[in-house]
Amino acid sequence: MDMIRMHILVCGGTGCSSSRSQQIIENLQTELTSHGLDKEVKVVKTGCFGLCEYGPIMIVYPEGVFYSKVKPEDVPEIVEEHVLKGRIVKRLLHHEAVSEETVKSLNQTKFYEKQKRVALRNCGVINPEDIREYIAMDGYEALGRVLTQMTPQQVVDIVKASGLRGRGGAGFPTGTKWQFAMGDAPVKYVCCNADEGDPGAFMDRSVLEGDPHVVLEAMTIAGYAIGSHQGYIYVRAEYPIAVHRLQIAIEQSREMGFLGKDIFGSGFDFDIELRLGSGAFVCGEETALMTSIEGHRGEPRPRPPFPAVKGLFSVPTILNNVETYANIPQIILKGADWFASMGTEKSKGTKVFCLVGKINNTGLVEIPMGTTLREVIEDIGGGIPNGKKFKAAQTGGPSGGCIPASLIDTPIDYENLAAVGTMMGSGGLIVMDEDTCMVDIAKFFLEFTVDESCGKCTACRIGTKRLLEMLEKITSGQGTLEMLDEMEELAYDIKANSLCALGQTAPNPVLSTLRYFRDEYIAHVVDKKCPAGVCKELLSFEIDADKCRGCTLCSHVCPAAAISGKLREPHTIDKEKCLKCGACIEKCKFGAIMKK
Amino acid sequence: MSMVNLKINGIPVEVPAGSTVLEAARKAGIRIPTLCYLKDINEIGACRMCLVEVKGARSLVTSCVYPVSEGMEVFTNTPAVQRSHKATLELLLSNHRKDCLSCPRSTDCELQALCREYDVDEYKYGKFELEPQVDNSAVHLVRDNSKCILCRRCVAVCRKTQFVGVIGPNDRGFDSHIGCSFDIPLAESSCINCGQCIAVCPTGALTERDDTGKVWEALADPSKHVVVGTAPSVRAQLGECFGMPIGTNVEGKMVAALRRLGFDKVFDVDAAADLTIMEEGTEFLNRLKNGGKLPMITSCSPGWVKFCETYYPDMIENLSSCKSPQGMFGAMVRSYYAEKHGIDPKDIVIVSIMPCTAKKFEVKREELSENGLPDIDVSLTTRELAAMIRKAGLMFTALPDEDFDPFLGIASGAGHIFGATGGVMEAALRTVSEVVTGKPCASVDFHEVRGVEAIKEAEYDLAGTKVRVAVTSGLSNAAKLLDRVKSGEAQYDFIEVMACPGGCVNGGGQPHQPGEVRNFTDLRAERAKALYSEDAAMTLRKSHENPVIKDIYENYLGEVGGHRAHELLHTTYTRRNVY
Repeated sequence: MDMIRMHILVCGGTGCSSSRSQQIIENLQTELTSHGLDKEVKVVKTGCFGLCEYGPIMIVYPEGVFYSKVKPEDVPEIVEEHVLKGRIVKRLLHHEAVSEETVKSLNQTKFYEKQKRVALRNCGVINPEDIREYIAMDGYEALGRVLTQMTPQQVVDIVKASGLRGRGGAGFPTGTKWQFAMGDAPVKYVCCNADEGDPGAFMDRSVLEGDPHVVLEAMTIAGYAIGSHQGYIYVRAEYPIAVHRLQIAIEQSREMGFLGKDIFGSGFDFDIELRLGSGAFVCGEETALMTSIEGHRGEPRPRPPFPAVKGLFSVPTILNNVETYANIPQIILKGADWFASMGTEKSKGTKVFCLVGKINNTGLVEIPMGTTLREVIEDIGGGIPNGKKFKAAQTGGPSGGCIPASLIDTPIDYENLAAVGTMMGSGGLIVMDEDTCMVDIAKFFLEFTVDESCGKCTACRIGTKRLLEMLEKITSGQGTLEMLDEMEELAYDIKANSLCALGQTAPNPVLSTLRYFRDEYIAHVVDKKCPAGVCKELLSFEIDADKCRGCTLCSHVCPAAAISGKLREPHTIDKEKCLKCGACIEKCKFGAIMKK
Repeated sequence: MSMVNLKINGIPVEVPAGSTVLEAARKAGIRIPTLCYLKDINEIGACRMCLVEVKGARSLVTSCVYPVSEGMEVFTNTPAVQRSHKATLELLLSNHRKDCLSCPRSTDCELQALCREYDVDEYKYGKFELEPQVDNSAVHLVRDNSKCILCRRCVAVCRKTQFVGVIGPNDRGFDSHIGCSFDIPLAESSCINCGQCIAVCPTGALTERDDTGKVWEALADPSKHVVVGTAPSVRAQLGECFGMPIGTNVEGKMVAALRRLGFDKVFDVDAAADLTIMEEGTEFLNRLKNGGKLPMITSCSPGWVKFCETYYPDMIENLSSCKSPQGMFGAMVRSYYAEKHGIDPKDIVIVSIMPCTAKKFEVKREELSENGLPDIDVSLTTRELAAMIRKAGLMFTALPDEDFDPFLGIASGAGHIFGATGGVMEAALRTVSEVVTGKPCASVDFHEVRGVEAIKEAEYDLAGTKVRVAVTSGLSNAAKLLDRVKSGEAQYDFIEVMACPGGCVNGGGQPHQPGEVRNFTDLRAERAKALYSEDAAMTLRKSHENPVIKDIYENYLGEVGGHRAHELLHTTYTRRNVY
């Protein structure tokens, strides 16, 4: 057996892959081979480390040296300096990892310090394409224990006792859901919802890419608990890496006997198949997802009957989200009490968030429930870039709402988020700074739901469109104060009358911004101004004659030839011609151009 | 059956377990408005019209599909419910082309009726002038999606009741609309023209192609001899268009109306149905005797014929070669009638009044013509006839009862019952059994083949020969039956298929009945009553005893199933591809 003295972990997640991490891995292998080091240094392609902003990321063990923004061209230097000579390449160290001449490991950086990795435990640690690495991290041990030592009811009881709630958004207690499906129907299904669709959310993708076996193991456990022998993972076709790794994982798992007939000699059979979704957001809704698996147009249907009674192909079915499943094996191994010790009274465990928007550390974070928004933004997220002020955070995607800066100390759990008018959702967390127009944000999310409405029910199909039209009027200066009340009324009607959660929650971004940022709406409709300077039709660009030096740069970049003036004399903008593209502002070296 | 007790607006009501809130409310005397709901066919909760409050429920519930439970308390008229109903209607109206004054469905439109009840603000979301979004490619119907409310009743009947499924929702969200795959025109699809989609459409989005203009034109042309014939089930349903109870037979008034519209002759296609029985019965006996292709399947229903040509082309040989009664009626008028009265066949305009939109397709079939002249010039639906009667200012209910004109004016009871499922089979059995046994049959009532059951089967002993028959209507039932025949699971000698559920009484050209009526009445059974009671009251109940038929064979056609009969009364079929 080879003696491996050094492991080099390179992120193979979607983010880092698109920044050429695959090339880095190939270069590493070539370079190591040419130095004859390939027997003693192992390169591991892992899943996501979380700090996507600074990718591609490379971690070198045993030291735990944390390199960020690595390029394929950096590889020879890393091999020659670090691998051969033991000298850390300081210029590539993650900025936070260097302080006063000591090199900090990944887990000591602020980004990771406050995180608690349960669902993401193996992401960025193991090679997701090698089942042996998963097994080395206690993989499939929980399944073994369940099949050989526990009754189905005991499995359900431990999940119930853990307090685990659905991570897909609604927060329904997972154990209770399983209990509902425990009756004695001859055929049942276990489904996994991997149809992650919220704008800016990639939690489930990262789990599938970084630790696919955990989902397979958990689904098999669920199958045993409710008496099902077939599972389906409904995953977006737009997640090719996740799909690829799931396929590999299923094959390896079958080879090892963790899927298929007579698993662990227990007599229990279970298998899993993939179903690829074509990207309709509504297919994340449970009944629509199952309708889609059945081969029909993905549209929701009324409940009851609930899936636990009559689900996929009209038989009892449980459907859980990827992240929910990712918690299961550890709950089995470490116990319900361990899991319940994390989090708040009614929200146990951790939650994975995708931290995006105006934030320094864009990426994937997992925090214990109850962590405050402030900790997430200021500590883990490293604050707002360019010294701007934090304005609001949006959670729950197009179904959620905003948390204004005044509520930044809100602890993040199901109840507290609901109390401030938003929701946990699947884990998108979009940070907004003072340059964000909240009316525009509401419009953005509503455009999304209008696009993604399946069109089956009246309220969502027509209502969201009419609501969007009102927002469009407001952002283009045709709004009235009465319109704000009309919007609230229509928003209420859409919520009350829609068939599925997509429509029932679609007006939330509007209601939430109206609740916390009504003054911004009023500025749009009364003053016809966009305070954040975003809504183009309400903006005008002007040149401050005192500041302008007449350098002519702005007139050269203006695509509409709207700027005129003589050299070394103040320029002016023809408002009729101005496209409000902002190119002139970017170019002006003297800060002479303002948007009002 | 276990029963459940609940309260609707405080009124205690007991209903069978598994009932919906909508059904329970009905029992308590409360009507909850619906648009998309069609019992057993379209239970999708899409329109959101029927939302009500249930005590303890998180949100309003969809009463058309929400099951009752013990102790449930339902409220159908709270401010929240009223607001919901109104909001739904106002949203629908904001995306509906509102040419209500001239829309063919005006006063007969389910959306319009509800809007009146809920005093909606038609223009709550601004004044939109929607452009018509029309597909008028098909011979039998026109779709205008600018009036479509996406209730999907048409989609459901096409797919579930008729097993055709050529229409469905295309695109998503606000852009979603009903159409064929890839939005090809309906005429290029495998639509079988049954018109069930029109019959269930709550608005003016689907209407039959209006061919009344051609008829008015012919009637106004003094050089034309305009002859009309009415199918069995038209008299049974026409009254519905004038507010008469379902199942009222208005034969006399219908004839009077047609005469007053200016038709030169008013004939009864039921007589042609008797002729069909003569030919079809003989064909069946020949097949039975000479080892012909069995089971023989009836060919009166053009929707079924096209379905067979398209989806079961390997069973074309099983189809009877007989033209439909409409085709035989036209052929006889164009030949024997013209000859007898010395009229140039070219000068005769033959109009048929049918319960059916597929007949509009049938009349265009090239094989149904003689010397370049079609058997039928124009085929109108019951609804189109009603429109003509209204336009002519005829006070229908006050009209006297008149009789058909003699040439094809007498029909047997067997001809009448052609309009209901099982009717063709029963009519055939009455004749076939007497021909085979040579003596009058004991009873002319073949109850086994009557009724609305999906598939009816019976076995008869005809002078020692066992004849196994099956009757079905609604093409999803037909498909099930044919699959059993193809697999050898079931063996029959004679099968009757009618495309529309319940037969022609429930045809795609019959008067509209709102969902509210459809969901709580078995239209198939109620409408058929008019035909069976007419038959029962008659003395002439067998096709072969009809003097009109005897005259036709004795003086013109010669032998039943003979050469001339074949030339005029039989046809061929075409294999069609599923697109």
